[in-house]
Amino acid sequence: MEVSKSDALEIRVSDDVVLVRQAVRKWAIELGFSLVDQTKIITAASELARNTIDYGEGGTVRLESLIDGFRKGLRLIFLDNGPGIADIELALTDGYTSGKGLGLGLSGARRLMSDFRIESRVGDGTRVEITRWK
Amino acid sequence: MERIPILRMGDFLIISIQVDMHDRMAMTLQDDLTNKIIQTGAHGVLIDISTLDMVDSFIGRMINIIASMSRILDAETVVVGMQPAVAITLVELGLTLSGVRTALDVEKGMELLRAATRSRRAEAEEREDGSVEE
Amino acid sequence: MSGSKTTDLAEILSKHEKGLLDDWLGELIVEAKAGRGTLRENELRDQCREFLNLLLGAAKAGDFTNLQSKAWTPVREMLANLSRSRGLQGYSPSETATFVFSLKKPIFARIRQEFADDARSLAETTWAATELLDGLGLFTTEVHQKAREEVITRQQQEMLELSTPVVKLWEGILALPMIGTLDSARTQIVMESLLQKIVETGSGLAIIDITGVPTVDTLTAQYLLKTVTAARLMGAECIISGIRPQIAQTIVHLGVELTGIVTKATLADAFAVALDRVGRTVTRKAARS
Repeated sequence: MEVSKSDALEIRVSDDVVLVRQAVRKWAIELGFSLVDQTKIITAASELARNTIDYGEGGTVRLESLIDGFRKGLRLIFLDNGPGIADIELALTDGYTSGKGLGLGLSGARRLMSDFRIESRVGDGTRVEITRWK
Repeated sequence: MERIPILRMGDFLIISIQVDMHDRMAMTLQDDLTNKIIQTGAHGVLIDISTLDMVDSFIGRMINIIASMSRILDAETVVVGMQPAVAITLVELGLTLSGVRTALDVEKGMELLRAATRSRRAEAEEREDGSVEE
Repeated sequence: MSGSKTTDLAEILSKHEKGLLDDWLGELIVEAKAGRGTLRENELRDQCREFLNLLLGAAKAGDFTNLQSKAWTPVREMLANLSRSRGLQGYSPSETATFVFSLKKPIFARIRQEFADDARSLAETTWAATELLDGLGLFTTEVHQKAREEVITRQQQEMLELSTPVVKLWEGILALPMIGTLDSARTQIVMESLLQKIVETGSGLAIIDITGVPTVDTLTAQYLLKTVTAARLMGAECIISGIRPQIAQTIVHLGVELTGIVTKATLADAFAVALDRVGRTVTRKAARS
């Protein structure tokens, strides 16, 4: 697997969520994703970017265009140095929220993407990696 | 700050969301709309989202809240023009907006609101007639 | 070092061009006769001459190790056209690659002839030629494969379009008669096209008829359900008709909830409901007096 292009964006304030969505849209179009796939990726990115601000005290997202043999993909890695998640299983349950949201951010983003990986250490921060293959 | 305009048309309020909304804008819209319903005594709210290319859980939640608040203030809400890709993504995300009426376009949405207000008025009149008979 | 050997190779190609062409053609004709024997000799001769010509041009320009370089573009284009057209004519990949590989024998013979007394040069030049022809041969296989894949993708697309027409039954009423086994990939595509059509035609009602569907698995049942929900979000209502008893059983056993979804036994029943929703009734023509 090869990363053909990559870039990183800051996620500090709520307006950054819009910028993340716009960047992700541009990359998804470049990679030739269908309209439905584009929408799924943008929506997942929007959820995770907002989580980064609301629960992770801000962070970054890394965008990567992937080539794996005949497959092309888009990978997004959300990083924050916030309080971390104590119980990941619980955080991934539909409807569970520790804040003011609907509790669909993490679980929804997982359903919208092909691959989903989350690592978190309490007091250290959270890393969420999502990939959609074409 | 950028605001989403709320138009009044007879008994109804019309909102057309045409920009990539950031979160503060969505919150402002909620407040503006509630005030406007009270000010005008409107009986219906139509939200046109035909140009939105994404609805995430935040916007979904905003729509739900608008619908609930409007109902308390005696106004029906109808969401019109959701694009197929957006609808597919929203379902995958786990959001069904089950308390919200929907229509394909503004015209059908207005019909729906008119029908809803008519039937409500008829009910009210029936009740009044009943009390007169007593 | 390899540079000098490739120059040697270029010289040999140039010196023996005519002889190589004849020998190579001979090889190819034997092969063709053993195989399908459909290729016309004149056409083959033209193709061989053109290829040798381009090969020589590229060889003179130099770099043998990088077939992706600009010098090799004409050769690659010629081979790509050749193997694409052969692929479409139904040739196997090895038959296509033979076009290049059968040039080995004549070239090796010439190399042997030139370096009869120089074992080192003989080995090195032979190796350079082998590498070159292997590279080109594999390239034809790749292009061949791609051409076949294009055919398959196109056919799949055509099949999907054939098998799932969205039809308009009445102003505001669409029907999607589904036929054949539903796998989740197909269901997904079909459902997307239904939703798209709902928007295009502004139809508030869509009947999904699954009379022609023998079985449904969990994933497919869930897709059906998701489609109905997505259509509702867009402001359209779906009616599912033609659910066979076995499928009804499967759906219940799978625990897929169909609550809130209108289901009808037949497409006719569903159509009647739909007509009612758009405020129409069907009546018998009154006998004329």
